Amino acid sequence: MSGVGSTEPPRSEGAGFAGAGAEAVLHVEDLSVRFETDDGPVHAVDRLSFSLEEGEVLGVVGESGCGKSVTFMSLLRLLPETAVVTGRAAFRGVDLIAASTAKLRRVRGREIAFVFQEPMTSLNPAFTVGNQIGEVLRRHLGMSRRAACGRAIELLDLVRIPVAARRVDEYPHQLSGGMRQRVMIAMALACDPKVLIADEPTTALDVTIQAGILDLMRDIRERLGTSIVLITHNLGVVADIADRVIVMYAGRKAEEAPVHELYARPQHPYTIGLLGAVPRPGAARRLQEIPGRVPSLAEPPTACAFAPRCPRADDVTRSTVPELREIEPRHLVACFHPGPSP
Amino acid sequence: MSYVDVAPALTPRARRRRILRRRFLRRPLAVVGLVVALAFVLGAILAPVIAPYSASATDFNSVLGHPSGKHLLGTDELGRDVLSRIIWGSRASIEAGVLSVLLAMVVAVPIGLAAGYFRGWVDTVIARLTDVLLAFPFLILAVGLAAILGPSLSNATLALGIGAVPALIRIARGEALALREEDYVRAAVANGAGEFRIIARHVLPNMLSTLIVQGTVLIPTAIIGEAVLSYLGLGVQPPTPSWGVMLSDAQSYLTQAPMLAVYPGLAIFICSLSFNLLGDGLRDILDPRTTR
Repeated sequence: MSGVGSTEPPRSEGAGFAGAGAEAVLHVEDLSVRFETDDGPVHAVDRLSFSLEEGEVLGVVGESGCGKSVTFMSLLRLLPETAVVTGRAAFRGVDLIAASTAKLRRVRGREIAFVFQEPMTSLNPAFTVGNQIGEVLRRHLGMSRRAACGRAIELLDLVRIPVAARRVDEYPHQLSGGMRQRVMIAMALACDPKVLIADEPTTALDVTIQAGILDLMRDIRERLGTSIVLITHNLGVVADIADRVIVMYAGRKAEEAPVHELYARPQHPYTIGLLGAVPRPGAARRLQEIPGRVPSLAEPPTACAFAPRCPRADDVTRSTVPELREIEPRHLVACFHPGPSP
Repeated sequence: MSYVDVAPALTPRARRRRILRRRFLRRPLAVVGLVVALAFVLGAILAPVIAPYSASATDFNSVLGHPSGKHLLGTDELGRDVLSRIIWGSRASIEAGVLSVLLAMVVAVPIGLAAGYFRGWVDTVIARLTDVLLAFPFLILAVGLAAILGPSLSNATLALGIGAVPALIRIARGEALALREEDYVRAAVANGAGEFRIIARHVLPNMLSTLIVQGTVLIPTAIIGEAVLSYLGLGVQPPTPSWGVMLSDAQSYLTQAPMLAVYPGLAIFICSLSFNLLGDGLRDILDPRTTR
């Protein structure tokens, strides 16, 4: 433990959330993911803990390779076999990490659904979209072909695809990227999942289409009460729709706070750097970049992973790993020198 | 998102079929290939109806006869009608060509698919074994197998089929290796699909067009293979007609009646060329990268 004073011992955030009143659908504790590569192990995610509350939109931000996608893919065991996943992930009485693959298969797509980044290639070109949505319904809910087709039209309607009754019979190549992403969301919503994990759902799309998709996700949360995890590197997207944000850096949680709190009082220099890099209309100033590069994750850290890029780095940060502290209720930060930018 | 260009009465499937048909018809060579190949297949099926004579009917008044009104392509050394023998002989060629490729598909596709999809040591063993078999030229392999199995048309077909298996395994494996990494396969896993369903719905259907093209391109190779085996006496046995048998018979009369060798040679050439053109055409229309 570091000698720096802290108001809370590390890894107490689970208890902290319980105190916040909402019920957690998904509670992840001490999740670590390690990839065994030819060049030795890579620690992609390091002892990450978080909760997802009922009906909440949780934004997970960080730059490429910070472990945000890996975290959620590991929960459903979607990673290659070289990944070693440890920790606990409680979801409706089941520990996803320890569950059998057969059991997980019934969770995948039915209770926890994924939407991936690439709408252009995430649909099978050989079947109509209705057929593909129907496949999920038939498999998980045992619907008849006919019932599945009717429900597929309803779902396409739900994701606001015009003339759904005709679109249902079209092949993916006949749809635009935004349309395909809507189809992917329709497919993810097919079985009315408790949790929807959207991994960069708008990154591959035009800005105008992005706004439509985000609008749709907000609508889904309101109408269906689905908890949504939104993985992105775009803080603008997060500000738009998330309730709470986790900022990840080098496989660890750097900061976590309700969205308004995070934007109003960012504490971690990395978060401050990210916010400085968001373009704002009207501002004539140069966008601030964060100097340096994302560290290699080959070895477990012995210092703050952000120290080489951090303006506040000192001897302590270069020799000790900072643990998470709760500096405000529900506002956690892993930094020895938290605080607003000077 | 506009529907202006969409003919309202067509289902997407029908529309796609229409696009493919139009693309195919824009390639004259492919159309010629299709027509000629179909003519050979029909000729083989309808041989009893369209052949002017029986394949073994001899006319000793006309031995090594020149083409005439009675015998359009002349007669051979036993006075048999050459045209009739070409038509009857196409049965062996088509049968060996088509059946051997089908047989090879049935064996090779599941093996290649499993190897490419599941990877692991099974894949390594299968891939290395395939490499070893591929080191033997197709015809050498087929001749060797036919020699072991004994001479007959069905054994020649079997030998040609087995000979084609390694190449097809490699193709199916390669496709499966590529397709298993597709985003829609990942999405299907995330949606809870099991291994079998992923193979049946996401991997196999997407490699079908490649397999169809490969199959069509393999048919001429098998047709030539059948002719070679029959020529060597490892395939169809005389007096049953086959283009290879006719070539072999004609050999002794090359100086007196060279045309006896030319006709079956031409039949082999045209038939395999037509399937090749058809295969090239199918590849062009099914591969989106060559869309013109």
